[in-house]
Amino acid sequence: MSTLLIIAILLLGFIVVFQIAKASEYVSVLKGEKKTFEQNNKINGFLLLAFMILGLIGVYWCNELFKGKILGEAASDHGEKIDTMLYITIAITGIVFVITQILLFWFSFKYQYKEGRKAFYYPHNNKLEVIWTVIPAIALTVLVGFGLYYWFKITGDAPKEANVVEITGKQFGWIYRYPGKDKVFGKKYYKNIDEGKLNQLGLIWDDKASHDDVVTNEAMYLVVGKPVKLIINSRDVVHDVGLAHFRMKMDAVPGTPTTMWFTPKYTTAQMKEKTGNPDFEYEISCDQMCGKGHYSMKGIVKVVEPAEYLLWLAKQKSNYVMSNPELESRPAVPVAAPADSTVTAAANITGSNSN
Amino acid sequence: MSQEVNLNDQVGAMTTHEVHHDEHHGHHHKETFITKYVFSQDHKMIAKQFLITGIIWAIIGGLFSVMFRLQLGFPNETFPFLENILGKWAAGGKIQPEFYYALTTMHGTVLVFFVLTAGLSGTFSNFLIPLQVGARDMASPFMNMLSYWFFFVASIIMISSLFVQTGPASGGWTVYPPLSALGDASEGSKIGMDLWLIAMALFVVNSLLGSLNYISTILNMRTKGMSMTRMPLTIWALFFTAVLGVLSFPVLLSGFILLLFDRHAGTSFYLSDIFLASTQKALPNEGGSAILYQHLFWFLGHPEVYIIILPTMGLVSDVMSANARKPIFGYMAMVGSMFAIAVLAFLVWAHHMFVTGLNPFLGAFFVLLTLLIAVPSAIKVFNWLTTLWRGNLRFTPGMLFSIGFVSLFISGGLTGIFLGNSTLDIHLHDTYFVIAHFHIVMGVSAFFGMFAGLYHWFPKMYGRYMNNTLAYIHFWITLVGAYLIFWPMHYQGLAGVPRRYLDFSGWESFNQFDGLNRFISIVTIMVFAVQLLFVFNFFYSIFKGRRVTTQNPWGATSLEWTTPINPGHGNWEGEIPEVHRWAYDYGKDGRDFIPQTEPISANESPESKH
Repeated sequence: MSTLLIIAILLLGFIVVFQIAKASEYVSVLKGEKKTFEQNNKINGFLLLAFMILGLIGVYWCNELFKGKILGEAASDHGEKIDTMLYITIAITGIVFVITQILLFWFSFKYQYKEGRKAFYYPHNNKLEVIWTVIPAIALTVLVGFGLYYWFKITGDAPKEANVVEITGKQFGWIYRYPGKDKVFGKKYYKNIDEGKLNQLGLIWDDKASHDDVVTNEAMYLVVGKPVKLIINSRDVVHDVGLAHFRMKMDAVPGTPTTMWFTPKYTTAQMKEKTGNPDFEYEISCDQMCGKGHYSMKGIVKVVEPAEYLLWLAKQKSNYVMSNPELESRPAVPVAAPADSTVTAAANITGSNSN
Repeated sequence: MSQEVNLNDQVGAMTTHEVHHDEHHGHHHKETFITKYVFSQDHKMIAKQFLITGIIWAIIGGLFSVMFRLQLGFPNETFPFLENILGKWAAGGKIQPEFYYALTTMHGTVLVFFVLTAGLSGTFSNFLIPLQVGARDMASPFMNMLSYWFFFVASIIMISSLFVQTGPASGGWTVYPPLSALGDASEGSKIGMDLWLIAMALFVVNSLLGSLNYISTILNMRTKGMSMTRMPLTIWALFFTAVLGVLSFPVLLSGFILLLFDRHAGTSFYLSDIFLASTQKALPNEGGSAILYQHLFWFLGHPEVYIIILPTMGLVSDVMSANARKPIFGYMAMVGSMFAIAVLAFLVWAHHMFVTGLNPFLGAFFVLLTLLIAVPSAIKVFNWLTTLWRGNLRFTPGMLFSIGFVSLFISGGLTGIFLGNSTLDIHLHDTYFVIAHFHIVMGVSAFFGMFAGLYHWFPKMYGRYMNNTLAYIHFWITLVGAYLIFWPMHYQGLAGVPRRYLDFSGWESFNQFDGLNRFISIVTIMVFAVQLLFVFNFFYSIFKGRRVTTQNPWGATSLEWTTPINPGHGNWEGEIPEVHRWAYDYGKDGRDFIPQTEPISANESPESKH
């Protein structure tokens, strides 16, 4: 019913507008075309100026309205660089934006038709054209220079001490794999994937390196202050690991692993405090269209203190054990790591953290 | 002369009576309804066919956006009327995710290809090239007709994909494989995807037939005296557009054919290492590269955005110059910058792929080349500004849309500097920032350029004017609405809000924009309603608009205004006029304008060596 009502109102509105428009045509015939033209021209000239003034106020107002909702402090070192680059770009383009828009609408208003005004015959001026070729070129050189400087820093090789985590996208979720104590990922082959047997990545058990690999869907645990290198895979279609708080992003392409690295600056707990939001989580969003569940393909990153990380890791069962439950009764060497090695690992992590 | 031609005012109306024939040129055959309105070989009629088909597509494509904006703005409400229209796709009055993605995919495909490529280039290339270079018709009127009918068939097939049981293509307008290659990965990748690919293949044929015709007409069929540097900028723009199309569309076609092979012939061009959860099966394909498709796609996809924007740059230049009563500033720089844009268009495609795992070193070159495009773009903007400077501006609807175009082109162009910079693209890629950027710079701007052209050349097309009051309402609401819709999206993008999400309620990071999303949706609906007002004005004015009574209503210099008010097939009665000067002698030597056909007199000031 309300739909019908809305359609009726719309139609009525249309008819009213149309009748007014038609009447205005008759009025213009009565008034004389020239007079109508001059009136319309004045109105539109004024509106152009008003649009510019209100528009610039609107831009400022929009910024005030939203600046608290975007770009909280970047939570990674790369994120800081990206934010710096962003502010440089906003400054340069902002100046150009304001100047050119003001000129456009001001000229439109100022040089609107006036009886007897002669337009200035001005077909070209090489000097002017050179100036506005060179100035943008210089501005862009600055932007390219800064941009590439940061780009190579961000996409350069990960530091050697970086933790390595593998993340694999699938319709519609994320699988995380840790290399385990040996720090080596076991081999895998996609045709071995068997979800019934809990081998969701297709790990090859013949490769002993796979036996201590930890595979989980729960969350990606990262150590605060320690660089992490992600090896990114996809099991089916193209996905994308989007980490808005870290300002990082990389596609997950089936058959072609990609990588990214960064250093998280704040733990999840610290971010809860910083943002004042007790429900805060670092979320992984899929940023590449991947099917009907794309909008819900969420992962969680837990950034924790080194000790908490070790504790969490120690509690994880390896995928090998999960897939072969009969092994659990036996003394499973790869799983229950001896206490002393855990301590060494912890020392390693805190050690690299402090430098 | 003009009184004589007034007798033939009926041409624009849909009557079957025989058109006026002119004894002086060779079109003596009888025209029937079929040859005149359906299988017409007259470039003007073909232009109108493209235009009206484009308008129908634009309404459909716009309606899609209204539907998905309903979901985005009001994710918790139900709209029972949607179920009445869409059936199972909106079960319970809520748009289902599959259909949401089908809507966005079709919105993109329709607007980018069917409206802003065929509807725009098809209309203005066909209409203006022969009229402005001084030719009786296209180099091959028959090929021209075929071009439209390939477009028509492509349209029918694309439309039909909306009605198949598994729905139309839904992998995004870029249809990246493997998603688009595997029916088991998505409903939309079943028969809907095949129809999409077939329609697009036919569309490519349409584009090639058209573009080859445009190029050969411009190169070979200019009238006496019409040297390349005397052509209006519209023609230069349409020329570069056609060249871009000829060089890039075949690459897209090759990408589509490989995709069809992967879908049906068991090849592995794009497929490798895939295990589908829906079937719990690993596919046999190994060794393919999903990224290969993206290279092939964007090798067209990037030039495509210039295929969309270049024609409007040309139209706007001419409309602006005529209504500023002043020559376009820096004609050669305008041509040069369009040439630069056309060349660079082929060297920047991988800036869509900075985060695909592309080698960062290679990425650096694409950053450099991409940001380089800002230089010719800046030249164009400054030249337009200088064209307005010290003019005597008449705010006709065409002129207002031209000014709006420049404003939007500045706004959207500047955000391109963000996205072309790979460092920023890491954060902004595939967020609302991208949506805001390309909608402003090639969506809305291109529409503004197209509206400028339509309002300006409507009198030439139909011998009548459109209603001014409706046009002004159309302009102001569209301009304000466009900024209200897309400006705030930049902020969503900076917050990292991803594209192609139909519901943010499950996200802690992206759920802070509920109010904004609702606001944008409401404005979208209003702007869409105003476009319907334009459509109404368009069709009403074809039949009932105020009649054009003078041959050259805008006081313009270019050749199309030397034809009769309602030109027949062949355009000019008698000889095609000879051209003696460039198209921009406005305000020269104290004269309001000097048509291109007027010989240069002995005491004229020397600037116009063009």
